[in-house]
Parts: sequence; C-alpha cells; structure tokens
Amino acid sequence: MTVMLNGKEVQIPDHIGSVQDLLTYYELHNRIVVVEVNAEIVLKEHYTSLGLSQGDRIEMIHFVGGG
Amino acid sequence: MNGRYSRQELFPPIGKAGQEKIQNSKVAIIGAGALGSASAEMLARAGVGHITIVDRDYVEWSNLQRQQLYTERDAEEQIPKAEAAKNRLKQINSGITIASKVMDIHGMNIEAVIKGHTVIVDASDNFETRLIVNDAAVKQGIPYIYGACVGSYGLTYPVIPGQTPCLQCLIDHLPAQGMTCDTAGVISPAVQTTAAYQVTSTLKVITGNSLEAVIQSFDMWNGQHTSIHARRLLNKNCPACGKDPSFPYLNYENLTKTAVLCGRDTVQIRPASHRDLSLEEVSLHLKEAAEKIKVTPYLVSFIYENHRIVLFKDGRALIHGTNDVSTAKGIYNRIVG
Repeated sequence: MTVMLNGKEVQIPDHIGSVQDLLTYYELHNRIVVVEVNAEIVLKEHYTSLGLSQGDRIEMIHFVGGG
Repeated sequence: MNGRYSRQELFPPIGKAGQEKIQNSKVAIIGAGALGSASAEMLARAGVGHITIVDRDYVEWSNLQRQQLYTERDAEEQIPKAEAAKNRLKQINSGITIASKVMDIHGMNIEAVIKGHTVIVDASDNFETRLIVNDAAVKQGIPYIYGACVGSYGLTYPVIPGQTPCLQCLIDHLPAQGMTCDTAGVISPAVQTTAAYQVTSTLKVITGNSLEAVIQSFDMWNGQHTSIHARRLLNKNCPACGKDPSFPYLNYENLTKTAVLCGRDTVQIRPASHRDLSLEEVSLHLKEAAEKIKVTPYLVSFIYENHRIVLFKDGRALIHGTNDVSTAKGIYNRIVG
C-alpha cells in the first residue's frame, strides 16, 4: 500500500493495517508519538482500531529527550 | 544609539516597538548544553535585556563539537557551563544582564528560578526536567518553548498557558527508556535548527505576535519536515493545565535524587537538602583516599576507587565510570557522608 508519510510517498507492507502496526513497523511503538491521519490527530485508544488505506496522508512526530 | 539592532527593527513584525519589548524582556534558558548555547547566543545578540541560564554540568571535550559558546580552555578547566556561557555572552553583548545558575533543576527549586521571566526556553537533556519546568511554567503562566533533538532530528512546540495544550498533555508519561545522544549521537545542524525554531517562537511571544499550538519536527539529514496541530491533545483533566491541577512534578515525593546521565556512563547524586561544602576541606579530607585531586572555585574533581568524581559546592556529585545508581550512591556516601 502506498501512503504519504511526513510529506513523502512511501510503500508500506500490506500487513500494516492500523496505526499501531505502522508504529511497530517503524519501531516507534515504545516511544512518545503524535500521529495524524488525513489532518486529524489519532488518539492512542484508536491506534489499533483505526485502519489505514491506500493514499492516506500520515504525519508522525516522535518526542526525543536530547538537547 | 549605534544601530546595533537596526536590522531587527527593520523587520516589520518586530519594529522599534518590538525591539523595546525585547530589551525589556527576561528569558530563562533551562540547560546550557547544545540547545542552550545556540539559543542563548541568538537571544543575547537579539538584545534580550535579561537572560538567566541554568545548568548543572561543566564543559567537557565532547561538548565542543556542537556547544557553540565553549572553548578548549573551558573544557580544560572544567568550567561549569552556566559560568562559561555567561562569560562568553558578556563578550557578545555587554549591554544586557546575564545571570548564571550552576544548579540542578528539580521540583523544589524551579519555581524560584523562573519567577518573573517573560519566556522559558527549554534546553534540557531529559524528559523529567522538561515536565518539571512545564508544571512550573503553567502554574506561573509563563510561556515555555519545548525543543529537543537527537541524531539529525529535532522538534519544537510552544506551551502558552491558557492557549495551547501543555507538554504534559502531549507527553502523558515518562518514556521507560530515553532516546538520547548515547545511542544516536547528534549533529550540530539538528541543534541549530531546533534552537532557531525555539528562538523564533520566543521572539514572537516577547513581541506580542501570536503562536499556534503546532508541533514542528524535521530531519536535517533526510530533508523531512512535519508539523501537526496539537489542539486535539488538550486534556481537560491534565494534572498541569487541566481544571484541577496537582502539578505532580513540583511535589517533594516526586523528587529524583539520582540520575543516570545520557551517554556519559555517569550517575549524578543530588542530596535531599542543599549543602554548602568547603571544597578546600573536602580536598584535604580526600588527600589519602583519592588521586589527582583538583580544586576550582566551583568544584573538586578526583579519582576515587577508579571512578572519576566531580563534587560541586552544593553537595551534588557526578560519579563517572558507572551507570549503577546504588554503586554511585555508595561511593557518594563514602566521600561526603
């Protein structure tokens, strides 16, 4: 499936069906992350239930502690 | 005057009126590492009338690659970062006031540090300190500009009390494992870009320009830039900015007295109560037990049981060569009691 991730078109494996899958795929599942799908922030409780579709515009920002 | 700020005054959103506000403002910078150095230099050059810079650490060689205020001499002499920063900032702009604080920020002292400031710039290196500062900033109604970076990545977000969701709304827990410089390293462009965003937000706040609740992130190496509007993350029950706040990070029970420092193989020990050690006395006391004892006006450093140890006047110590808190505490207790 092809999605727009952080402004770039990326191909993600077909087994990725949810936001949670996507976070796991990018190894961000243990991090503090804010995810937006099609201009709407996805709340944590919807990470597993919200399905992703071809062409979705996804923005993902993870928090880091360095400085 | 001498036209020192003329280019900034020519910039319409600031103008002469904005410049006057900048000169009358007080900015607190929490941390004088990479982000703190970069922000402090920009703000000093911009003419911020009063800058308070706070840091617990001293300059080391591994800092010089990106921490722009420091020199080889600062590293050789192990000058506390807040002091070294102040010395350099005074050379850059002698017409402003710089207050340096060599201290570790915690929930019991943060409120006094930030009191009376116009804006707080985040330049810390850990989540806990950020949430402590967030609590205090929200409590006192002072805008707080979050910024952090690692590798080639960085992000920033403005906490404007009463207007934007606070950092606690966005980060609802401390991550089990900090993602920091020890695994990913950091390059200077990521620092500079993060600080540039933070300083822009700071100047906007000071000059009365509005800021939106937008989290901005970027990856310099991969040329990516992302922004997300955070208004949906506002938590009505937030313990910091919610309707019945408890400010958990300002409670004594939540004080951390030890901290494993990022990538340094070092544990910091902070005594529960403030001490005022006589460093000369300590060094005399250590004469037999320790090696390579070096006393400066701010700290005493020495080798003890194969650990390099740095003890500050306020009783705080950095125990190098271990990530184990109990080992470090044991050593501390043996030295300071």
